[in-house]
Amino acid sequence: MAQITLDKLAHSYKPDPQGPQDYALREVDHVWRQGGAYALLGPSGCGKTTLLNIISGLVVPTRGRILFDDKDVTQLPTEARNIAQVFQFPVVYDTMTVRENLAFPLKNRGVPKAQIDVRVAEIAGLLDLTSALDRKASRLGADAKQKISLGRGLVRPDVAAILFDEPLTVIDPHLKWQLRSMLKELHRKLDLTMIYVTHDQTEALTFADTVVVMHDGGVVQTGTPEELFQHPAHTFVGHFIGSPGMNVLPCKVEGARANLAGQEIALVRHYPALAGKVELGIRPEYATLAPRGAGLPVRIARIDDIGRARIARIELDGLKLAASVPEGASFDGDQAALALQAGQIHIYSDGHLVKGQALPGGQP
Amino acid sequence: MSLTLDSIGLTRGAQTLLADISLTLERGSLNVLLGATLAGKTSLMRLMAGLDAPSSGKVLVEGRDVTGLPVQKRNVAMVYQQFINYPALSVYENIASPLRVAGLPANEIEARVKSAAALLRLEPYLQRKPLELSGGQQQRTAIARALVKRAELVLLDEPLANLDYKLREELREELPRIFAESGAIFVYATTEPSEALLLGGNTATLFQGRVTQFGPTAQVYRQPHDLVTAQVFSDPPLNTLSGTKQGGEVRLSTGQSVPATGAFTGVPDGAYTIGFRAHHLALDALPAPAIALQASVSVSEITGSESFVHLDVGEHRLIALVPGVRRLEPGASVTAWLDPARIFLFDAAGRLAATAPAKAA
Repeated sequence: MAQITLDKLAHSYKPDPQGPQDYALREVDHVWRQGGAYALLGPSGCGKTTLLNIISGLVVPTRGRILFDDKDVTQLPTEARNIAQVFQFPVVYDTMTVRENLAFPLKNRGVPKAQIDVRVAEIAGLLDLTSALDRKASRLGADAKQKISLGRGLVRPDVAAILFDEPLTVIDPHLKWQLRSMLKELHRKLDLTMIYVTHDQTEALTFADTVVVMHDGGVVQTGTPEELFQHPAHTFVGHFIGSPGMNVLPCKVEGARANLAGQEIALVRHYPALAGKVELGIRPEYATLAPRGAGLPVRIARIDDIGRARIARIELDGLKLAASVPEGASFDGDQAALALQAGQIHIYSDGHLVKGQALPGGQP
Repeated sequence: MSLTLDSIGLTRGAQTLLADISLTLERGSLNVLLGATLAGKTSLMRLMAGLDAPSSGKVLVEGRDVTGLPVQKRNVAMVYQQFINYPALSVYENIASPLRVAGLPANEIEARVKSAAALLRLEPYLQRKPLELSGGQQQRTAIARALVKRAELVLLDEPLANLDYKLREELREELPRIFAESGAIFVYATTEPSEALLLGGNTATLFQGRVTQFGPTAQVYRQPHDLVTAQVFSDPPLNTLSGTKQGGEVRLSTGQSVPATGAFTGVPDGAYTIGFRAHHLALDALPAPAIALQASVSVSEITGSESFVHLDVGEHRLIALVPGVRRLEPGASVTAWLDPARIFLFDAAGRLAATAPAKAA
């Protein structure tokens, strides 16, 4: 078990990188605390797999160092790093029983049999695999096989960290709920550092205490799920977290007022003169559709019924956005109004959150 | 055209893959097949396409029996979970390929490719090779190729499953518009209830090779005819308790007795399964006649805007989906609240006995 430090890590797959555009991973500094539950979240091509491969030792970074506690492991191969990995597709020996599969990583390292038996029984119990221990893995379904993969990752008590690379992608929705809550319980009971890589915000946010959001080779924000939802530091985070994501709309800002599509909006913070592209961010959860006259005039393009809520796709003078429809509300025709919660409006300059100054009496 | 499946069955050796499926799909309709892996979605699509023949029953197109007719003789297009394109051909030639095979004149091919590319927002990429595109663009190319044939039946087998979450969201938003403009029959297989709801149209829920219900998507979601359908169409999974009604009282499997109000009002005495969705289990007190359940927190999952709280209530594991951030320690004791007007009641055979339809959604 260890604390993992990424010290000015950067990686380029090109032999002679020139500018930042040549880097798959731009400079990253980060500390993964011992025992933490982390997610590395981002779309395909954001650099998350490169970063994972650097931690596991499959890739030696172009620049920077990686430390396990105080030991520099930058040049060490995977075998010497004491890391367990769980992949998207189950890695299971079909001809072995579940017990033999779980015991394999320990047996390989010469752990005494008595100790192996105890640990295998413990992990099987946690994963609800006890009754299947003597069955051949080939006879089990995809979810049970992925549980075995998880078990093989968890069975070594001495690993520095466990890396999960999209472990639930091929699992049906119903089983995802079970496996996810199982993983969280395991994390709590086993005190292991876990790093979970995914493009799926729900998996990242529900699994991790700290989520590292990556975009275009760099880390754009590190925070708790709540911080990422309430205070996206970058428009990308606003868009990527949330479903639908945050509305990001071009606007003009002067002091504590914004001009959005010709409409004046009072803000709860005061902003300095802003350079570059200025945008207003508001999550659909805080933008509510109201009867005509009760806010900014909008046209309803359509209303999606997602079961437990309704989401309106609307247009404000040509700007498209998503808004919440209150329970029981109905609208005549396609004209309505949009009410924005002023305290939930964020202002961005060239993509980055501008903090501004709280007005007396405004929300923080 | 319309496509009718009449009492379709499919067996392989001793194994029953599909049983007793009757469905009619109308021209211009979008039909979602919703079910877990191995529920029979792909088997059913292969029968519709003519790739396989059923062991019993008939497949009718416009009332005409096409049961034995192979896929080559039918006007069908398929899109798979894996992005399938010709890697050596440009996006333009990928989309044009079925038209070249059919020997259409060059000007007709160009017109059709351009209109399909516009519909799928592929115009800027027509001269690129598929592998130079993002996954979403590759799958758009495959969908454009399926549309350009003007097939009467377009089958999409979990087409977004291999895409990133956000790309899925984007394509899912555009698909209903693309489908509406084409006029073909679309059949779309998915394992995800949320995807079925976003797509709309009609939904057939599949479970162990059977269609348990077929109808307008929102209606199947809100008024499931049986327990299995409600379970297939719930994510997070449907919460269930059991209860026995006797006179004015219901004895719950948690050990407590509650007045027989809400959905219990009109049903005869007897044993029921009580089903309710996660967003109807509250952690803030609800007014009477809400049912108070004593629970122990197992795990709480926080997404930033809402929290999924896994609760142990007696022998039952329930999930509450509540707004905002609820940081609850594992093992903590809480009271969960359930409005008896927001539950489904299923009888011993699993058939819906009562619900308050507007509210149980």
